[in-house]
Amino acid sequence: MSPISADGPVLMPLAQSRQTAPRAWLRPRRPWRDPRVRALAWQALVIVLVGAAVAWVATQASANLRERNIASGFGYLDRASGFELARGPVPYSSRDTYARALALGVANTLRVSLLGIAIATVLGAAIGLARLSTIWIASAIAGSFVEIVRNTPLLLQLFVWYTLWQALPGPHDAIQLFPGAFACSRGLFLPVPAWHGGALVLDRPLLTGFDFHGGLSISPEFASLLAGLATYTAAFIGETVRGSILAVDRGQTEAAAALGLSRVQLLRLVVLPQAVRSMIPPLTSQFVNLAKNSSLGVAIGYPDLISVTNTTLNLTGQAVEAIAVAMAIYLAISVALSFMMQQLHDRCDWRAAGARIP
Amino acid sequence: MMSVPASWSEPVRRSPLLRDRANAAVTAVLGVGVLYFGARFAQWAVLSAIWRLPPGSTSAICRAARGEGACWAVVGERFRFILLGAYPAAQPWRPLVACGAIISLYAATAVRAWWRPWLAACWIAVPALAIVLLRGGIFGLPAVPTDVWGGLPLTLVLATVGFVAAIPPAAVLALGRRSPMPAIRILSASYIELVRGVPIITLLFMASIMFPRFVPQGLVVDKLVRAQIAVAMVAAAYLAEVIRAGLETIPSGQYEAATSLGLRFWPATILVVLPQAVRKMIPALVNTFIAFVKDTSLVAIIGVFDLLGAAKVVIVDPKWTGFGVEVYLFVAAIYFSLCFAVSRYSQRLERT
Repeated sequence: MSPISADGPVLMPLAQSRQTAPRAWLRPRRPWRDPRVRALAWQALVIVLVGAAVAWVATQASANLRERNIASGFGYLDRASGFELARGPVPYSSRDTYARALALGVANTLRVSLLGIAIATVLGAAIGLARLSTIWIASAIAGSFVEIVRNTPLLLQLFVWYTLWQALPGPHDAIQLFPGAFACSRGLFLPVPAWHGGALVLDRPLLTGFDFHGGLSISPEFASLLAGLATYTAAFIGETVRGSILAVDRGQTEAAAALGLSRVQLLRLVVLPQAVRSMIPPLTSQFVNLAKNSSLGVAIGYPDLISVTNTTLNLTGQAVEAIAVAMAIYLAISVALSFMMQQLHDRCDWRAAGARIP
Repeated sequence: MMSVPASWSEPVRRSPLLRDRANAAVTAVLGVGVLYFGARFAQWAVLSAIWRLPPGSTSAICRAARGEGACWAVVGERFRFILLGAYPAAQPWRPLVACGAIISLYAATAVRAWWRPWLAACWIAVPALAIVLLRGGIFGLPAVPTDVWGGLPLTLVLATVGFVAAIPPAAVLALGRRSPMPAIRILSASYIELVRGVPIITLLFMASIMFPRFVPQGLVVDKLVRAQIAVAMVAAAYLAEVIRAGLETIPSGQYEAATSLGLRFWPATILVVLPQAVRKMIPALVNTFIAFVKDTSLVAIIGVFDLLGAAKVVIVDPKWTGFGVEVYLFVAAIYFSLCFAVSRYSQRLERT
């Protein structure tokens, strides 16, 4: 008899019901009825199945690789790479090793991710506050921005940013943003302070020949990727900020208003300190998402970790190792970001800090 | 003068638009900014835009107007390729019916009274039907190889099939992660965290490059199928977390009551716990689905011509290079209308 009928559970007489976690003196004599034996058997079965699947895949892979004369192992990392990459934070040329190319890729990924996180946080906080603003037009602008950005794919947005950047005039007709700073289809060129002959001087970009030289040059790929990542993540962060502020208990704002605090004081002294702590876990996942999404830079030609991995696996044929290395690095970045945010979360515990809140 | 209808003016009057001088100043500055950029965009996108080219002409008129006006002629001329990819021109009804069926499925799912078992069956039957229709080879339909599939039907099929195929493994992973058996718990958690901790693009690369090396020689798996497997593998990890969150909302008393009635683990889970958890999961499932519709656009990177991939092909054509913004805006409008409608629906679900 089935214990469940169409109308719902049917109570069975106690004598028929089976004990699932019996006490020692009630434990069934047949071992396959013992829940502990069953649990062990299930786990053994799953481990054997997963192990067999992994072993089968590994045998196939090594047979296939032998047949195609593809080496295995990580020896390729020490060999000269032979491909060029755009100049970046790590000195590199085509005579350097694959490992060094990878280091440049990682540095580029970290550079765009960290800068993107900083910009997205500031922009996102502004958007979140604007959406809660009593000024109708400010909340309407922020609201439409969030809806447009969140409901279209990031990759599409990156293509749009990159296409727009490429549509800028060439170096000779560059747009001067402010004296010494130029934007053109070749990128963004900014003046930077530099030590020159013992004195601090402003290193300005100058148009010589067909391109700008000197100063700080930012490639169109980097600028587009940064703009795309920062605005996309800012829309999500804006929603997080808005949600966390709205989640602060109404009584808190009412009490603060009753004390005669102005709107700005109310936000700064009462609401934000309470909202920030609850914001940190969702912010962490947005930061990790941004770092992972920076991998889309490969589609617009930014020389990030994925781009280097892709070139490496095409040149060496060692796809398994190259992709495994990339995955391990991304995992490490995700874990490191989460760990840092966890530390921040613990420090933001105003109940534990106690004395800081009178 | 006509009076403004009350229903329109009410939110404006009720808002503290002009409550004090600072607000008024900010409103004025932002208002002027919005009007200025709005007018410039309208000038580019509508007033100075070129809507179609005279038959047989080149894109010279559009090139002359670049920067001044949009060239929507590119969308008009390549409309069909962007929407349907390289699918045989003689049979446009097949991809169109496939799209219509999948979008109707979404619309039917929005009706709460229809959340019955037959709707779940439809989520299996409709995508299967769409694939049969696109693929052909039976019922007298000429077979169409998958490498010419493209555009919107491909995006919808990848997202829907990936989502449906991921639900059973996701449920197993979610239960595994809550299991008291350590080996099963660790295996499930490792899979979920590994997939969620790396970019989706690495998993797509794995499917497109590594996968052929992991299977016996001679077994050729279609590129689209490989991309679909990767999408489903990713979906399984993300959905597992959604399902786990749904399971956590069910008090353990429900499971204990079911076992005390004599149900074993699987009957108790399937008949008692999951049906209650599913209702609580639906808003999160909808949000994950929106994310998946957007994320399937990444297959464009590994050379599958979904909606975004098809758009990229169009602007590689020498006739239309340089008109990327117009094509991308058109594709963005399609993604937006789909995702915005679904997200509005999910917000309504969360409120009720």
